[in-house]
Amino acid sequence: MAVTKRVVLHFPRSLVDQPIMCRLAREFNIDFNILKASVTPKEEGLLVVELTGESKDYKLGVKYLEKSGVQLQPLSQDVIRNENRCTHCGACVVLCPTEALIVDPATRKVNFVHEKCIACGICVTACPPRAMEIRF
Amino acid sequence: MPKTIAEINENIRKGKAVVVTAEEVIGIVEKKGVEKAAKEVDVVTTGTFGPMCSSGAFLNLGHTAPRMKIGGGKATLNDVPVYTGIAAVDVYLGATAMPDDDPRNKNYPGSFDYGGGHVIEDLVAGKDIKLVATTYGTDCYPRKKIETLINLKDINEATLFNPRNAYQNYNIAVNLSDKTIYTYMGVLKRNLGNVNYSTSGQLSPLFNDPYYLTIGVGTKIFLGGGIGYVSWYGTQHNPSALRSDNGVPRRGAGTLAVIGDLKQMKPEWLVGTSMVGYGSTLTVGIGIPIPVLSEEILSYTAVKDEDIFAPIIDYSEVYPQRKPDILGEVSYAELKSGKIEVMGKEVPTASLSSYYKATQIANTLKEWINKGDFQLTEAVASLPGTEDGVNLKPLNDRPIE
Repeated sequence: MAVTKRVVLHFPRSLVDQPIMCRLAREFNIDFNILKASVTPKEEGLLVVELTGESKDYKLGVKYLEKSGVQLQPLSQDVIRNENRCTHCGACVVLCPTEALIVDPATRKVNFVHEKCIACGICVTACPPRAMEIRF
Repeated sequence: MPKTIAEINENIRKGKAVVVTAEEVIGIVEKKGVEKAAKEVDVVTTGTFGPMCSSGAFLNLGHTAPRMKIGGGKATLNDVPVYTGIAAVDVYLGATAMPDDDPRNKNYPGSFDYGGGHVIEDLVAGKDIKLVATTYGTDCYPRKKIETLINLKDINEATLFNPRNAYQNYNIAVNLSDKTIYTYMGVLKRNLGNVNYSTSGQLSPLFNDPYYLTIGVGTKIFLGGGIGYVSWYGTQHNPSALRSDNGVPRRGAGTLAVIGDLKQMKPEWLVGTSMVGYGSTLTVGIGIPIPVLSEEILSYTAVKDEDIFAPIIDYSEVYPQRKPDILGEVSYAELKSGKIEVMGKEVPTASLSSYYKATQIANTLKEWINKGDFQLTEAVASLPGTEDGVNLKPLNDRPIE
């Protein structure tokens, strides 16, 4: 049975130049579709991917990723904004890798486009009034 | 023309005063010209809402039975140490204080989730706060320990007293190094990854009165959602900073010390703030009314973001080492466009000061004045100006023999 899952992969600095995704495809028959790639403030690689493969292969592939030191985070976790705490300063907008946080040029309010959010969590600690919360 | 503050207050009392925000006045002057606008407009309201570390509150806790001399002892509020080097039950709660067991930057970058600024916000929100104090006994103050809850409504005085707020202009921060840095200007990504700035620009109080013609000691203001006053010029007040032809400083210049009764302020306008990797602080809302006493004063309030410039500074090397170099100057209009060019690279911009909230402050102040709830005060002393020879001094080490 084939499975398709969306996950966030965090590559520590030491792994950024390793051919991990290539091996995942070649040795574990897993197709991957990159939805987003960026380098986080901590200088790790961040990939949001859709992985597709046979259930057995998928399990082995995930095991391989974890063994290599890649941190997996299911996209089922969620980032929400506490509207009472957001001051609309804008400190988050340059850090968000997917432009899910953007300034409305007319009102100068910071809009949170939830559909674009990949729940990477970068905004959570960078938000000065701590308005962004991660939910599992 | 010219008007007096007494005449403007008379108009306020009669509900006839014409009050506009520092944003609205720009369009009015463009349409009608300075002369006509100065005749029509009585008051221009300004606003700013940003992290201001030099903030804190004097609290008088009240006397216990038996009495306790917390002054000279040690005390914490919600585990955040307060300054006790004053009288028996007076303490000063500073915005950047943090619990002794906070790991700081040992787990770099530290998150600084709760500090003095957060205690101030919680106090103002009416929450109970844990007071723990220890001290030595005296004949008149025998008690040595206390652990109790206090609440803003039960203590005697709570006076917000911020030694330096409302900076007239500020640095624009970038990072030229090859690693992310965590600063009081926010997270700065490596290799010019982002540009952070902090001002409400054309709405900011001291940009609208660049030579301090109306804002002085005793000026009544919006402070933290309540009423406050300018109590003095702020620390690091530097009127001698480089200025444009329009009088607006191109570098950090004037500052204000402000004071007010914390009990009538609101948590929405005094927000505990955490700068990752740097520390905790307080985001303060300030709004200052500018009485239009002359055409000159009115013309200053019409300043626009495109006429206000600030220096771009590298926070990886130049700022920490106190070097003088700047990477150029840009206007706040350019910064607000979302990206600027630095060293040939297009870089996205972010603000730490909320323009949206600053607009709300200017509008709230306008509403208070329109309703007759807020009258203007005459300054009782001027802030040091450009002719007064006040400069910003560095601290240069001297060997202790």
